[in-house]
Amino acid sequence: MLGEVIIQKMKKIKFKVDKHILTPKHSKLSEKEKAQLFEKYHVTSKEMPKILRTDASLRELDAKPGDTIKITRKSPTAGESLFYRVVTDV
Amino acid sequence: MADIISEYEDRLTSKIVDEIRNNLPKGVSDTKLKKIMEAVYGEYKTAKVHPGESVGLISAESIGEPGTQMTLNTFHFAGVAEMNVTLGLPRIIEILDGRKALENPMMEIYLKKPHATGKKIEELRQLALQIKETKLKDISTEFTISIADFTIEVKFDREKMKELELTMGKVLDAITKQLKGYNIRDNKDSLTLKSRSKEETFNDAYKTKEKIKEINVKGVKGISQVLPVKREEEFIIITAGSNLADVLQLEEVDAYRTTTNNIFEIEQVLGIEAARQAIINEIFKVIESQGLNVDVRHIMLVADTMCVSGTLKGITRYGVVSEKSSVLARASFETPIKHIINAALVGEVDNLNSVIENVMVNQPVPIGTGLPSLTVKAPEKKGKEK
Repeated sequence: MLGEVIIQKMKKIKFKVDKHILTPKHSKLSEKEKAQLFEKYHVTSKEMPKILRTDASLRELDAKPGDTIKITRKSPTAGESLFYRVVTDV
Repeated sequence: MADIISEYEDRLTSKIVDEIRNNLPKGVSDTKLKKIMEAVYGEYKTAKVHPGESVGLISAESIGEPGTQMTLNTFHFAGVAEMNVTLGLPRIIEILDGRKALENPMMEIYLKKPHATGKKIEELRQLALQIKETKLKDISTEFTISIADFTIEVKFDREKMKELELTMGKVLDAITKQLKGYNIRDNKDSLTLKSRSKEETFNDAYKTKEKIKEINVKGVKGISQVLPVKREEEFIIITAGSNLADVLQLEEVDAYRTTTNNIFEIEQVLGIEAARQAIINEIFKVIESQGLNVDVRHIMLVADTMCVSGTLKGITRYGVVSEKSSVLARASFETPIKHIINAALVGEVDNLNSVIENVMVNQPVPIGTGLPSLTVKAPEKKGKEK
């Protein structure tokens, strides 16, 4: 029953969220990249900005809580800027 | 030559690197290029914000001062008749508070190629009318309740229905879908609704009557006005009322450019990063339309603060401020007694890590030169450079 509901919800939004002009590119970091990132900035995942697991832009990434998402933003001041968020539940 | 530039790629922003690539005179020697890159990198480093700089305070001043010059009224959209738009300070407050219900929700609907050219104006007008919501009360002339058996009778305006290309069957479908527990009889020019429950009172019937007036029989729910306009080379549809999720489903709509001014809807449909971008765009639009000049970086900082937690938080005591870890910092914003009493009840500890709490207890604040421990801390492993 629950599975059915989820499938219907995904079907309803057939367009790719990524392609919308407002949404920047999201990609998942590998474990190695994640460790490098945390070391570079001297942070733990607790101090990182968060993104909800249910976020619309993660629909096709299959992200689990604890994963780190790399966001490539288009910035008016820097051309392209990188941002990272950690996936959380609720 | 390309190696020397790419060496600096991860230290400089891509915009600067591109600029160097495009403006480099032909036949520069490697040593000279190296010098150029060093000079650019040095300049870039001095332009960066220093550790401990109180950027939030600067942003607050930079947005706040021009804010005093903004208009306090709601005006009509310049050039586009009949559409109301919140501008100036009220709109800024609306965005920053993260309000869910906007004063004037609006959408900009972009269309796919054949419709956007505007060669067939009539088709465009039809399309706009398709999007506009038609409620049951818009196509009916009379709602009556019979006092004898509590049946509700709805009389229809046949001419209006014809205009909107609605048939009785379609209307009946819409009502049965959105109203449960009623038997509906079709008597050509009117419908009679009777409750299936035996304990129907006059009050219930009255409530139902008010409810069915709002039933959506055609179009996208929530869109109360449509207006096709020419924007640069193409035609778009501006609407009053907003429903992003449903409009994006429509076939004729270019879903990848269509936007709304309701940031909450954007968060729901497109995610938190899109919401951040929308906040920046919306605030910047207001500031620009008032002829003021605020650097985007300040607005970006505000948008980032509102979006760090993964959900959209307004800058209010229920939003961003409630997330602060320090009791004193929360108390210094609004409703101090509530915060202090609650903290005392659960035995909260304040480590005095941030600015306001240190101001309150008369200690040096950890910003600027008050923050040496962060910048001078020796690296644990060798070869670490900041």
